[in-house]
Amino acid sequence: MTEARPTVVIGAGHNGLVAAAYLARAGRRVVVVEAAGHVGGAAVTREFAPHFRVSAVAHLTHLLDPVIVRELALERHGLAFARESLRTVALNPDGEAVVLDQRAVVAGPVAEPDRAAYAEFMVRMRRFAAVLGRQHRRVPPRLAWERWTDALPAAAVGLDLRRLGREELREFLRIVTMAIYDVADEAFESPILKGAVSLDAVLGTRLGARSGNSVFTYLHRLSGAAWGLGGPSLPRGGVGSVTDALAAASRLAGAEIRLASPVEAVLVRSGRAAGVRLAGGEVIEAAAVLSSADPHTTLLGLVGARHLEAEFAQRIHHLRATGTAAKLHLALRAPPAFRGVAAEHAGERLLISPSATYADEAFNPAKYRQWSEHPVLEITVPTMHDATLAPPGQHVLSAVVQYAPYDIAGGWDAARAPFEARLLALLEQYAPGIGGQVIAAQLLTPADIARDYRIAGGHWHHAELAIDQALMLRPVPGAARYATPIDGLYLCGAGSHPGGGLIGAAGRNAARVALGEEP
Amino acid sequence: MRPPREHYREVVRRTPFHSRTTRANELNLWHRWRDYTVADAYFDVTLEYTALRNACAVFDISPMTKHRIEGPDALSFLNRLVTRDVARIGPGRVGYCVWCDDGGQVIDDGTLFHLQPGSYRLCSQERQLDWLTRSALGFNVSIREETEEVAALALQGPTSCTVLRALGLDGIETLAPFAMRTYALAGAELLVSRTGYTGDLGYELWTAPAQAEALWDRLFQAGEAYGIRPMGTHALEMARIEAGYIQAGVDFLPADRAVRVDRTRSPFELDLGWLVDFSKPNFTGRRALLDEQRRGSRYRLVRLDVEGNKPAKDAYVYDDRRNVIGAVTSALWSPMAKSSIALASVRMPWGRPTDELWAEIYYQKELKWNRLNARCRVVKGAFYEPARRRLTPPPAW
Repeated sequence: MTEARPTVVIGAGHNGLVAAAYLARAGRRVVVVEAAGHVGGAAVTREFAPHFRVSAVAHLTHLLDPVIVRELALERHGLAFARESLRTVALNPDGEAVVLDQRAVVAGPVAEPDRAAYAEFMVRMRRFAAVLGRQHRRVPPRLAWERWTDALPAAAVGLDLRRLGREELREFLRIVTMAIYDVADEAFESPILKGAVSLDAVLGTRLGARSGNSVFTYLHRLSGAAWGLGGPSLPRGGVGSVTDALAAASRLAGAEIRLASPVEAVLVRSGRAAGVRLAGGEVIEAAAVLSSADPHTTLLGLVGARHLEAEFAQRIHHLRATGTAAKLHLALRAPPAFRGVAAEHAGERLLISPSATYADEAFNPAKYRQWSEHPVLEITVPTMHDATLAPPGQHVLSAVVQYAPYDIAGGWDAARAPFEARLLALLEQYAPGIGGQVIAAQLLTPADIARDYRIAGGHWHHAELAIDQALMLRPVPGAARYATPIDGLYLCGAGSHPGGGLIGAAGRNAARVALGEEP
Repeated sequence: MRPPREHYREVVRRTPFHSRTTRANELNLWHRWRDYTVADAYFDVTLEYTALRNACAVFDISPMTKHRIEGPDALSFLNRLVTRDVARIGPGRVGYCVWCDDGGQVIDDGTLFHLQPGSYRLCSQERQLDWLTRSALGFNVSIREETEEVAALALQGPTSCTVLRALGLDGIETLAPFAMRTYALAGAELLVSRTGYTGDLGYELWTAPAQAEALWDRLFQAGEAYGIRPMGTHALEMARIEAGYIQAGVDFLPADRAVRVDRTRSPFELDLGWLVDFSKPNFTGRRALLDEQRRGSRYRLVRLDVEGNKPAKDAYVYDDRRNVIGAVTSALWSPMAKSSIALASVRMPWGRPTDELWAEIYYQKELKWNRLNARCRVVKGAFYEPARRRLTPPPAW
């Protein structure tokens, strides 16, 4: 007797592993095929210089779904946090930094009215964000209802909104499509507060502070509020420990993970996903295929437009998925000393985004395929909390750097050196002497991320996060409920609802759909 | 520097036959077809129609939109585009096709000419370059519009084969319906296909614009003894309704032009289900059409034989309880069928052969409006279909 055909999961990133774990726990035979020689996808800890390790792409968890952590017992599989709910230190080029958490101004030169305004602002933003966050574990609602039960998911979203009450709902609707610049401008006087809020809105997007939609992306960043999460956290051993734990949970549930097995094609027969062909020619016949690769790669690359219908193929083709976030890794021989930051805050999340205007102007060059002369940075020094990443006394600095468009004019080969030099010069301004501490530096441009992590466009959300590419529109109509027009093929990656950012919900939701647990 | 093209100065173009069609157009009746001026009628609509059905008539089809599709993926591209299996249209053959959007709604219909292995010409009523180009994502094909590069005439009617033989096209009588063949005519290449829009024996002649006038002249010379006449769009319209053929923008709204979702039609709803092949590889509209097959269609195209002699133009169609169930899209008094005939789109499930349907016809007599409720009978197939249309060789004249 031949064994039942497996369900194949493409990619052993966090979403692929989450999907694999849930499928295996439900009794499916699961084979995860991963192109790289290790698990993790873009949630991985890698050595970037001898004895220095860093969370290579994603470097913080701020939305990791606690239900997944609990259901898959990730802590039993080694997940631990070196530090939870990091504060935010908004670096100040002119003096003392401002220290914030998601509730209040903790320290720094912020006038009393702004402190009150910030606290009030955060209460409201977290309330709005929680509405968004409550959708993360749901399969997006259908827009066409054939049975009355089809209307329930949409009604649930409506109810969540209605519960805000009239005043708050009105305010939510007013601001949700706005630019963070304008909303922050209404709320505060302090440029540095506006700058910090703006950075959180535009991080990982192709938006500037004055771009519409940036309030939505801000709310998405805060959406862990729905689950009581209070800010970004540092997993011990880097974010690779999240995916290591997920891999262990998947294996325990019975999933087989095949590394160094890049998928060359999803095989389609009579409109149905019949399996995958690996580089080298091996074919795995499958009962179903879930792909955590990005929608472009999955549908136009692995499946191929000819197996799709013309309009759907065009929608995928036009999906906005051009990354602008680069990663800078520094191996430092001593702890970096940022100006205006008290020693007790040196290990928090440091932002270079001194004003909303700065965060907007940083974006301008990206529109024209240039890198920012004055970029925004989200900096962590994980070794302040985690000794496993560097030799004793030495440190790792990990920074998300914007804007560094994937499609840089003239190519990244030419742009890499001047951009890296510019970043070091900027850091020198904020942390005088840091240049002399650098043992090794690594810059990962979106082009590097695209190549090394097989993400078309090098976008960490796989597809721009925006209202027109969210919920039942994500990644595109016709594939927003994880099922694709190819029967038996599901998307389970960041390109699907609720997006990237190490949530894991896309993998969990997709597994539920593939298991027929969603009507 | 190349001088700028001045093509835009000519707002409405003349076809390559214009010098000849102008001379023939005794009524000086013209209208615009796409970018071109064409004749409504040349001397008398009825007589032009009569020539078509009893001798032969020439219609200038140069304005028809023509696309050339070539390249290694031409076949797989076309198979993804249209609903029928293009692999079954061999080189030298022509196939009637429809293509749909993802929703399975018809964008347009047309004829696909397999000119040479891997090289196709797609002729359509509407311009399709945009849709074709967008459909080409992921296919190695080249697509261009070649409307301007081809001059074409339709020669239709019972003496058409004889006329072409008189023109010197040896063996033309062996050309089967939907086949094509290349001839040399006075040193120029002439492509002849046994195709048309009249439901009669007929051919379409394709050549380079520079050869157009000579072709017209030779054709009329060869046809003089066989009753050849030029024919305008009015006479053609009569013939195509008799043949039961549908026209984009008249009998269905091209899906890419529709704003309202219930205004479009699927191939099944246009009685073109025979063109839909679910056993061939993937095509645009496949999922929606499979779904429609499962759930049933919304509409049905019916051919109606209407009582009386008043054309049921624009008539509402009623069921036997006076409920409006659809409308007539094309109608006329058919001289050949000797009947008032109509194409209509009705809501399902109406339009079954046994259904008693009624058309509400408004007509004027000396400026006075009259209303008539005419009983309609649903008929199958063409209203007029002479055997010669399908015979090879066709009966000699």
